[in-house]
This record gives sequence, structure tokens and C-alpha cells, in this order.
Amino acid sequence: MRKSQFNMRDWKSHPKYLTPSYKSTVLRSPTKPLIPMKQTLSEITGPVYGHDSINPLDNDLTKNGITDGREPLGERIVVSGKVLDEGGRSQPNTLIEIWQCNSAGRYIHVNDQHDAPIDPNFFGGGRCMTDENGHYKFYTIKPAAYPWGNHVNAWRPAHIHFSLFGPAYVTRLVTQSYFPGDPLLDLDPIFMSTPKSSQGLLIKEFSMDLTEEGFALGYKFDFILRGPNATPMET
Amino acid sequence: MLLKQTPSQTIGPFFSYGLTPKQAGYNKLSSLASSSLVTESTIGAQIRIEGTIFDGVGDIVSDAMVEIWQADSQGRYQNQPSLEGIGSSFLNFGRCDTGANDQNKFVFETVKPGQISTKTAPHINLVIFMRGLLSHVFTRIYFPDEKNSNLLDETLLTIPAYRQETLVAKKLSGESTPIYEFNIHLQGEKETVFFDA
Ligand SMILES: [Fe+2]
Repeated sequence: MRKSQFNMRDWKSHPKYLTPSYKSTVLRSPTKPLIPMKQTLSEITGPVYGHDSINPLDNDLTKNGITDGREPLGERIVVSGKVLDEGGRSQPNTLIEIWQCNSAGRYIHVNDQHDAPIDPNFFGGGRCMTDENGHYKFYTIKPAAYPWGNHVNAWRPAHIHFSLFGPAYVTRLVTQSYFPGDPLLDLDPIFMSTPKSSQGLLIKEFSMDLTEEGFALGYKFDFILRGPNATPMET
Repeated sequence: MLLKQTPSQTIGPFFSYGLTPKQAGYNKLSSLASSSLVTESTIGAQIRIEGTIFDGVGDIVSDAMVEIWQADSQGRYQNQPSLEGIGSSFLNFGRCDTGANDQNKFVFETVKPGQISTKTAPHINLVIFMRGLLSHVFTRIYFPDEKNSNLLDETLLTIPAYRQETLVAKKLSGESTPIYEFNIHLQGEKETVFFDA
């Protein structure tokens, strides 16, 4: 097997660590420059999950949290797309994990203090694997905006949290995806921490093709992970 | 021409019911990873890694997720993780939620990794996520009882000597399973080395 190193994180696309408008970054951002590392076997390998890691309802958040026999409240949506690398190669059989708040803007997490109702039939966590062509699909309920303590009258735009592995330790990605046309985006220090030229990559695209008649609106969202570069690794 | 990488965003404070459900006490989802990489049949010297993450004023970070990726005791990356409780005798991968215990530590039950090549010392790779980190940080744990191989480690050699020690765990004594303490300082004098890996 030929082993390649991976392209570096493109810091023109990722947020800077220190973003004072997002207050928590002030005491948690590294202050010294990152030290560039020549990737070894430990960086170009990574955990690989099989399809047997996924339970049948794991990708359907409209069903996997039902506790009293009724469906969760809110607008059903489909979120679907592809996982690719920078070279446009699709990433098959890779794990995607998601978590989000409910249609009232409340997380099931015990630490969420927001005074909005919990939905007894919505858990808000799920996962799936991409298929052999790199496609994934989730069914969920559209999350709502919620307030947070960052500044006076601060509201997070509606978003879904995503976690991906990709093929290697260094391709790991945790991100959030937003909804088109949300007026809160320009006011959100987390979204705005992203360089302008790559902000669009965090916004889902409304899609009639993905919309399911009589059931749910469709949104398309693709992920672009770091890809292998041309330098083979010496071992 | 490369496509642009999807930007990272913070993991936020509410990840645990989705990413570390069992550790955090949620039972709607199974857990895909745990903080124990070993089983009874795992070959190699079992060890415990534990540490605390400190922010810029020395406060303990109680809402971080730490992932480890390491070779087995023979220096190999070969076993695939699977659903908790199933699978092979050693998992190269583990996850720990610092909010899941009273002391807000990360704790891993694992084995001492072997060398993956003559140019690397035994090490454990770490990825750390938390509220306030807009992109994850990468670091490595090295071992204080591997002085000779540490001197030859290609990665350690690229780091200024006064910062290398931030990557070397401390061995705590007095237990049957050796405990290595690896505290992480996000900022300041003792700031841990983070890699652009
Ligand atoms: Fe959130």
C-alpha cells in the first residue's frame, strides 16, 4: 500500500484560534504558533468504523428519540450530501456524527439552561456512514436559534453540529452547518470567525431534489476534508 | 486546483450526548468509542493515562473531548474500533469527555505503545476539542521512561528544548497499573506544544 501524507489544514479556510468576539477563545486559544509536524504513520492512519457500528435508526432523528409514541414537534428536514477530499475524490464508508437542539432551541444536554421546552420525543443525536460513493443522508427536525451568554442579546443561528473522521487522524473535522438566509449569521461570532471566502461552505443549500413530497424539506450539504498530497511517506 | 476545505467550527459545550453518550450518562445512543482501549486479552503493559486541561488563568476545562490514537504494544495500527464491547483485543482509538467525572480529568486505560519506526519514540497522539477552540488542537504524549528513544524522535527534535518537556508525561508511582500524568496547558509559561499536523 502506498502511503501518502496529507495536505495541511488550510488556514485561509479555517477560523483563527483567537477570535476575541467569541469570548471563550480568549483563555482557551493556543498563544504560541503551532509547530509544523512531518506526518508519520501515526498521522496518516486513523480509526475506521464499519457499517455494523450503525443502528438502523441512527440517521433518523425524527424517530430515534421517540419516548411516548408520538413524533417530535417541528419541521421535518432531510440533510444530505457528499463527503469529498480536496481533490474531489468521494470518501466512502466514513463515519459522520451529528448533534443538535430541538425545534424550540433546546438541547437535551443537562447543562443547557435555555428556558425553552424539551421535546420528549426528540433526542437530537445521530450518526451514519457514507455509502460507497461518499453520500450520506440524515432525517431530522429543523433546529431553532437559541440564546447564549457571549454578549448582550446574543443568539446562535440555527445549526447542526457535525463530526467526521475521514481516512486519517489528520483528516478529523468537527464543524457546524447553518441554514441559508438566516439573519443571525452576520451577527454570530462563531460563524463570522470563519474567513469570508469560506463562510459559504458552512451554509446548507435548499434543494427541491432532496425535498420529499408530503414529508420533509431537503437541504444539501457537502464536506470537503483534507486530501493526500503527492509526497509519498518514507517509513 | 484543490477544493476549499470545509472550515472547522467549535464543538461547543453540548456534544456529549451525541459523541460520548455512555460516559455522560445518556442511553439513547450506543457509544462508538470509550476511554478504555484494552480487553483482558490485550498484549502489552497496561497503563493509565490521566490529565487535566487548564485554561489561560489555570481554571480546569470541564467540557473538553479528548481523543487518542496510538499504536499497540508492538507498534502497529491494525485493529479497527467497533461498537463498544465488541471486537478486537486492542483498540487504537479512544475518547474521553472531561465532563464525565468529578475531577474533570481525561483518563484512558490503554497499553504502552511500541515504536512505529526507529526514528520515533513511543507516543500517543491526542486531538482536543472544546468550547472556545474554533479548530481542534493536535498534540502528543511521550514517556519519561523512554529517554533514549525520545532523543532520537524526529518530531521531538523539531521542538525547542525548553518546550519538549510539555510533551513528556510524568510517571506517578504507587499503583499496580502504572499511571502517567499528562496535563495540558492551553496558554502561558507551560503552554503545551500543539502541532500543525
Ligand atoms: Fe450548538
